[in-house]
Amino acid sequence: MIAEIGLAALWLAAALAALQLIAGSLSLTGKAESLTGTVRPVAIVQGALALLAFAALIALFARTDLSVKLVAMNSHSAKPLIFKIAAAWGNHEGSMLLWVTVMGLAGAFVAQFERRLPEKTMLATLAGQAFVSLGFYAFLLISSNPFERLNPPAGEGNGLNPLLQDIGLAFHPPTLYLGYVGLSVAFSFAIGALLTRQVGPAFAKAMRPWVLGAWIFLTLGITAGSYWAYYELGWGGWWFWDPVENASLMPWLAATALLHSVSVLASRDALRIWTVMLGVVAFSMSMVGTFLVRSGILTSVHAFAVDPERGSFILVLLAIYIGGALTLFGLRAATVSEGKQFALVSREGALVFNNVMLTAILGIVLFGTLYPLVTEVFDTKVSVGPPYFNPVGAVFFVPMVLILMVGPLLRWRKDSFARIAKVLILPVILMLGAVAVVLGIAEYRGIDGALPFVGIVLAAGLAIASLLPLRERNLLRTPLTTWGMVLAHLGVAVALFGMAVESAYKVEKLVAARVGETTSVGPWKVELRGIEPVPGPNWTAIEADLLASYKGGATSAVKPQSRSFWTPPQMTTESALLTRWNGQLYAVIGDEAQDGRWQLRLWWKPFVTLIWFGGIMIALGGLLSLIGRVAADIRRGVARGRIADRHESRAQ
Amino acid sequence: MAAIKPKHQRLVLALIALAAILAAGALATWALRNQASYFYVPSEIVANPPDLDRAVRLGGMVEMGSIEMEADGVTIRFVVGDGTARVPVRFKGLAPSLFVEGSGVVAEGKLAKDGTFIADNLLARHDENYVPRELQDMTEHQKDAVISETVGAK
Repeated sequence: MIAEIGLAALWLAAALAALQLIAGSLSLTGKAESLTGTVRPVAIVQGALALLAFAALIALFARTDLSVKLVAMNSHSAKPLIFKIAAAWGNHEGSMLLWVTVMGLAGAFVAQFERRLPEKTMLATLAGQAFVSLGFYAFLLISSNPFERLNPPAGEGNGLNPLLQDIGLAFHPPTLYLGYVGLSVAFSFAIGALLTRQVGPAFAKAMRPWVLGAWIFLTLGITAGSYWAYYELGWGGWWFWDPVENASLMPWLAATALLHSVSVLASRDALRIWTVMLGVVAFSMSMVGTFLVRSGILTSVHAFAVDPERGSFILVLLAIYIGGALTLFGLRAATVSEGKQFALVSREGALVFNNVMLTAILGIVLFGTLYPLVTEVFDTKVSVGPPYFNPVGAVFFVPMVLILMVGPLLRWRKDSFARIAKVLILPVILMLGAVAVVLGIAEYRGIDGALPFVGIVLAAGLAIASLLPLRERNLLRTPLTTWGMVLAHLGVAVALFGMAVESAYKVEKLVAARVGETTSVGPWKVELRGIEPVPGPNWTAIEADLLASYKGGATSAVKPQSRSFWTPPQMTTESALLTRWNGQLYAVIGDEAQDGRWQLRLWWKPFVTLIWFGGIMIALGGLLSLIGRVAADIRRGVARGRIADRHESRAQ
Repeated sequence: MAAIKPKHQRLVLALIALAAILAAGALATWALRNQASYFYVPSEIVANPPDLDRAVRLGGMVEMGSIEMEADGVTIRFVVGDGTARVPVRFKGLAPSLFVEGSGVVAEGKLAKDGTFIADNLLARHDENYVPRELQDMTEHQKDAVISETVGAK
């Protein structure tokens, strides 16, 4: 029954999306003024129905209703409740349902609360949102129905991939999806503004909170995904340039560029066309990412052919939305009048530079991700990894960070480097100091490659430069948005420092140890005290009992496991981490070697945790900005209301 | 820049952006040609070996009875075959749990002078549903040959 309710709600939501599109476009062309009033309520009900459908799916998974095909394929009765619920979106159909649900809710939210834009632009925006939603509803209902029944019901479920049975990963996909879909709102706003030629500060102000919100979730999603890969895969790396990771990085890069250009548009009325284009590109990247991850094309172009319906469906949606938006952009771009002018050396100039650099990096990541797919069509198999992405990305990343140090210090419109040269002495000194320190360390232990070296120096400079906008300011009266910017830029420095130091100074030890044997890795001494079997709720494990001590200090237990799950039968490696303020000890257990020895892989990763702390700081910076913006909007709204009231009472 | 007439600012910005993105594209194309890691099956790597310092990937079936562990307990040697050629592989590290004889593997690494493939990383199937990209073709085109060979070798 629950499944039928969910399916019915999904069909109704799709029908309402169609209505929203038709009513929106008709009243836009002025053919049906009577329909104008229906667009906003329809958007709200559509969101509610999508939420109902998603709630139904959650309920089915929570009860492990094995008469539903999706539940039987992806869940199992012997599994903790939280993972039963997470299994609802840990699969293709469920995650697409989550996608349309968030999109519906976002549309409902815009319809309910956004009152600043001209009504025509709003109608165009909501029609655009409905147009995008409709494609995804069709995709769900036609080729990936999550509520399909199984007759007869299965005796037991297939289980969820053990790698996914992890609390971090339970919340990873929804976080990323919130980001992807938030960008869909930015996309709809861009389309609405283009259609009605209202590309100006009001449009930018309406769009900004959505871009900020989406960007915060993307940042958190990528940070969480990186940490998950780090401790769950047991390979000790935090970024692999895997296509799935790139699929989340590309929308982030576009959103980062958009976030900055939308700010310029909102406060300076410049970069009109560029902002609209980034709005289109950001959501296009979300869809490309979803296509790459969901179509199976990454496993192989041949796998794509195995499930042609789904892959082709998303590809057609991509072509319609991206192609359509770019066509509209091409037709309308020239008719949008030019915004305000600015000099090269100005806050705008710096932001444009960094926007271009971010776009170039985006292009490089996109190119590297798609290249293996293109060559495979011509029967040449290649893979593209860090040797490509790291140096080529750095060519554009390094100048970007240098300008990032300067940009926030420059004035809007027109400025000169001479004015801020004095302030910049501090970061320059710090960078020179970092060069000296790194060279000093290199004297006795060397350094692998030039990139980590450059990274450390840049991080040192950026750390201090990012704080400079606060100088000579009353800290209590500094706006929240400025704090947000400072925190986010500092976060970039912190994360970069973590990445560079980890790459430069990590120590790895691979040994086969006997019980009772002690080995050393960097400043650590690690003793293998025993190997024991450990039972779990749906797995059994072999656990190494390690005792670690840092520079001969107090000892702590570290217990890496090798787990065997029963359903589906699979082995996973559970790394064990010991965190200090200055880094992590990372331990993994391998197979049994000859004569009772066990393989152990140990790493000392100095300052590795800063990578994710930096990521969290960046997201927090975004959150501060968002709170600052929304609070200002509300204050302004209240003030406007009061003025209106006063006018009214005077009139009476 | 201040000398540029305000009228042309948009055009100038668009050209700068275009130039940067074209530069990125050109750089990417050049780097991809040099840095992409090509995939080989044993018969290809034997017939047409890659440069010695070039990172490549080698995929094939792990021959039955070929996995040996060296005395240090963490270095393994095994032979990868595809029915026509055999390549010895040396790997220092923790092998993935589904790395077993008679099963497919993709090794990332470089070819050494003596014809041994030095692997930095081994990719095996890591669950029932996931097969490394390169191994899917292998199972279709070459598995039969590989299996008959490994069975024959027993």
